[in-house]
Amino acid sequence: MAVAQDIAKRQSLPYSPVGLLIAALIGALATTLVVALWSILATVLAGINTSIPLFWALLTGAALGAGIGLLRQERNTSLPATLALGLTAAILWLVFTALKPLGMAAVDIFWGVIATPISFVAAAQLTRYGLRELNLNKIHRDMLETLFLRMLRAVGFSFFLSIVVFPFYFMVASSLKSRVEMLQDPTFLGINLQQSLADLFVGYREVLVTFSFWRYIGNSSFVAIVTVIITLILAVLGAYAVTRLQFPGRNLLSRSILLIYMFPAIVLVIPLYSIFTQLGLRDTLPGLLIVYPATTLPVALYMLRSYFQTLPKDLEEAGMIDGSSRLGVIWRITLPLSLPALASVGLYVFMIAWNEFLFAFMFLDTPTIFTLSRGMVGLNSQEVPRQFLMAGAVIVTLPIMVIFFWFEKYLVGGLTAGGVKG
Amino acid sequence: MRGTLAAREARLAFFMLAPTFIIVFAIVLFPVIANFWISFKPVELGDLRPPAPVVRERIRETPQESSDTLRIRYQMRNSSRDVTLTTVTLTDNLPTGVTLATNEPRCEVQGNNLSCNLGNWEGGYRENLELDFTVDESFFASAADPLATVPNIRASAPNILTNFVFTLANFREVLSGSEFWPTLRITLYYTIFGTIGSILLGLFAAQLLNVKFAGQGIMRGLFLFPYVAPVIAVAFTWAFLLDPLSGSVNALGVRFGVLGEAVNFLGQRNIDINLLGLKLQFPLALTTVILFEAWRYFPFAFLFILARFQAIPQDMYEAADVDGASPLQKFWWITLPQLVGILSTLFLLRFIWTFNKFDDIFLLTGGAAGTKTLTVQVYDQAFALADLGAGAAVAVILFIILAIFMTIYFRYAPEGE
Repeated sequence: MAVAQDIAKRQSLPYSPVGLLIAALIGALATTLVVALWSILATVLAGINTSIPLFWALLTGAALGAGIGLLRQERNTSLPATLALGLTAAILWLVFTALKPLGMAAVDIFWGVIATPISFVAAAQLTRYGLRELNLNKIHRDMLETLFLRMLRAVGFSFFLSIVVFPFYFMVASSLKSRVEMLQDPTFLGINLQQSLADLFVGYREVLVTFSFWRYIGNSSFVAIVTVIITLILAVLGAYAVTRLQFPGRNLLSRSILLIYMFPAIVLVIPLYSIFTQLGLRDTLPGLLIVYPATTLPVALYMLRSYFQTLPKDLEEAGMIDGSSRLGVIWRITLPLSLPALASVGLYVFMIAWNEFLFAFMFLDTPTIFTLSRGMVGLNSQEVPRQFLMAGAVIVTLPIMVIFFWFEKYLVGGLTAGGVKG
Repeated sequence: MRGTLAAREARLAFFMLAPTFIIVFAIVLFPVIANFWISFKPVELGDLRPPAPVVRERIRETPQESSDTLRIRYQMRNSSRDVTLTTVTLTDNLPTGVTLATNEPRCEVQGNNLSCNLGNWEGGYRENLELDFTVDESFFASAADPLATVPNIRASAPNILTNFVFTLANFREVLSGSEFWPTLRITLYYTIFGTIGSILLGLFAAQLLNVKFAGQGIMRGLFLFPYVAPVIAVAFTWAFLLDPLSGSVNALGVRFGVLGEAVNFLGQRNIDINLLGLKLQFPLALTTVILFEAWRYFPFAFLFILARFQAIPQDMYEAADVDGASPLQKFWWITLPQLVGILSTLFLLRFIWTFNKFDDIFLLTGGAAGTKTLTVQVYDQAFALADLGAGAAVAVILFIILAIFMTIYFRYAPEGE
């Protein structure tokens, strides 16, 4: 900010040829980005056959940018001027394309007529925002870098939002589309709401009822919850011992906890498979319930240890003086103080257990005890329509996402509580 | 007094840690040792089901009246073709009112119980044991079905896992196979580029969100999606998304002219690239799984880097402003040096975890089209080819390479983790 103020002090003319050129460049890039997004959205969401008129987008954008550069007062273009420029560009586009922008075959009220002004106003705003508070008259390293970083930011946000949202949107959309619809036009991922709910959700009904996913939901929940309980009990005891009690080998143990977390699961699979088969534990849920806590315990213990270290010792000592036993102190003093940490660790463990694939895949053969991950593999190996498989994927993903959004604060705490100090 | 107190504390600590120790030892440490053991043994997947005697009971002659003969045939065999069963014993519950008539020294009847000591059976052994019984009135009175109880047959068999037969053949087979070295190379490519990719994406994402704005919290939540979602769901989604026939990515790419024709991203090993007259082979499927890895794990790096960003003291930037530093200079000279610690830790952590990764590639390509890593080879050898010993040998090699990485990590990791 200090730089911008510094520049503002040296404010001179509102424009110069180089400044206009830069404004035009920013305008061209911003407009192309917006037009490209608009075109892709129209194709994906509405199934409209569009193209990206690169040349015209760049040209309009350059004009838009130059206009915004020309109309600058002090360090900024005013909002009404920006709006007016965007709307002008939109009207010109609509007129010259006969209300059919982006090479659309027919007039579309929303994606053509309404989307045009929205897009160009957005592009103008983006340009204005990109040029805000900059002195365009002097080519200055600071100014160029700031412009470059702002462009990078705009591109970065579009990029990350697309890669994060698009696959999940695709998952949901294709779970609601039949094979025929999908093959007809794979670029169209809009959802046809003009059918009965039963038709729309046929994939979910099939997967839940015919392929018994309702049962797998129960199995997965059971396995995940029991894993959380076992892990929390053992990790609380272990973490407390490691932080509060003196015993030989304590430091070595503290250091080696995380080491376990780096052991490759695939190395454990062959011996566990062999031994569990011979013990008759392999194709059972108790078998999984032995393995899962073992894989989550080290990290849970580590996270709780980090948290316990931040708790003041005095309270516990006061409790001890009052005559409580150690376990009494843990139950009455330490645990109530650590509820947020317990929530974090519990959610993290739940996520691991719910998402676990390898052991569920290797161990479970009997369909009645499948977890969701294992059930998905079963769905994949049969001649099952893709729509059903994607409905299954949504069913596996949805609970964990709901929990995640609900408790995001705790889960993020759990994810980062691995304790980063370095 | 102090001494006894310390001893009591140590004992308590021991009891509190014991369950964790036991479970971690049983499920993590012991299997690693067992894996070494198995890697030196000639064990096939089928050997896990221990050889056992099998019996079927049939009635050959049904009595009509008192003092008639009831003839029961026990069809028995050794389920294994090559393992000898020792001390085979057959037991069965007999109906009331029958007396053993056949002179069979191996069998005896006590009350209603028949028991036969059948000695040792070699591999592939079969026997039909026919026993005649004389029935009396009480047999008809009880109207019992001789087949109502299932005969029980037991034997002891050597356990293939605990005997002392060792071999080096597993390692010889794995190391001399044409697959091993390419697999190791692919594993390293996957690990290195997957790690770097996820960290770079995470750094970029953290930079984007390191500014306060409305909706920042929602954005942060969205950015974590790929990491939080179950691997099986996102892997299948990617596979469909990238499908050459009906996948949306190919269709969109062709529609907007980015792709000349549909590309089989996950199924094609190499793609020819013409770069300034140079013909290059670009490993397509491997690149796709690396991109998946970077996509799925960037949130992990993102979270840690973002947390670190927020711990950088702001006065450093203010001082740089006074010195007239440009934005990129500030990033290069202030931000990056502050991130060195977390970046190196992330690199090593992700390196080890990516090296260990199995699910992702297995679900995306199954190791086809030049994407087979060591972990997938462990599975292929042990379960697809049913050669447990060879699979364990690959796992041992993987573990040794990993141990080397871990040694490096714990030597160079920043103090206090």
